[in-house]
Amino acid sequence: MNENPLIPLFGYFALLSLFAVGGANAAIPEMHRIAVEVMHWMGDRQFADSFAIAQISPGPNVIIVTLIGYHVAGLAGAAVATVAMCGPSCVFAFLVARTWDHFKEARWRIAIQAGLVPVSIGLIGASAFVLARTADTNIYAALITAITALIGFATRINPLWLFAVGGILGLSGWL
Amino acid sequence: MSTSATPSRSNSINPSLTELFRAFVVVSISGFGGALPWARRMIVEQRRWMTAQEFNEAFALAQFLPGPNVVNFAVVFGSRFGGAAGAAVALAGLMGPPLIIVTILAFLYARFGDLEMLSRILTGITAAAVGLLIAVVAKMAAPLFRERRDWAPFVAMAAFVGVAIMQWPLPLVFVVLAPISIALAWIRR
Repeated sequence: MNENPLIPLFGYFALLSLFAVGGANAAIPEMHRIAVEVMHWMGDRQFADSFAIAQISPGPNVIIVTLIGYHVAGLAGAAVATVAMCGPSCVFAFLVARTWDHFKEARWRIAIQAGLVPVSIGLIGASAFVLARTADTNIYAALITAITALIGFATRINPLWLFAVGGILGLSGWL
Repeated sequence: MSTSATPSRSNSINPSLTELFRAFVVVSISGFGGALPWARRMIVEQRRWMTAQEFNEAFALAQFLPGPNVVNFAVVFGSRFGGAAGAAVALAGLMGPPLIIVTILAFLYARFGDLEMLSRILTGITAAAVGLLIAVVAKMAAPLFRERRDWAPFVAMAAFVGVAIMQWPLPLVFVVLAPISIALAWIRR
């Protein structure tokens, strides 16, 4: 590569940042297209592994861009990709939030807010459904999901305990 | 920050910058398989910085802005309680620890390249994380049925069916449903 890879890395992710409506998971196919098909930064296998590592690590799933950046140009690449992916959308979110709070009493603002809430909840429900279909490959995994859902809804037990149980069952090869 | 005396505000105690930072650090390091359930647990159930309704509204706003949802939420939430500094602090708390962890994982992967054991553990954690997400959706949906916005549950169902069952692209579902839902909110408030 004769050109500095940090420049396209920054450019692509900064652009994606402002077009990634629906969050990081909705942007995964586009990231794959850029990283594997257009720029040839990595292969399919490496992309899939990056996705798995991002899932394993706690925190927002958008962290996959950090891994892609790391793969392309080490620590500098990781920093540039993360800043590019989060920077523009964060600045935009900040400006909208300020304006939004300014019009707290406006009727149009109340209508937009009230209108967006049910759409938002339906979409989160849909992503839970899609994730459940991929995660629950057998009856034991589905049971863990169902039990966690019940306990999470009805009690205030710290869900990390359920994660620990799930992790141990997974390691033992039950799932 | 001055708190305007709006009746919807749950709590007169605003988090300090340090509390904001700490809260989002906890959310980020607990947040296997998504940080939303942990953000809601922290903000609504434990600290009571927002009511369930306020949380739904702030998260809906964050979701419809471009970019990662929970990252947007940290910015929206932080700026509401602490302006630009609040947004920066919440963002740093949310992104800092995962960045360190993921960099270490990336290094280990480059060195050893074997994810077999980790991925088996992950299978179990993911199953639990999905359950937790379902519980949060149920909690977030509960106010829809209690309020007098009788159309809201139908809009939520339509969004769910469109994306989960019909598998239409998310932006399309949003572009069609959001204006309808906003119009209904405008007419039947």
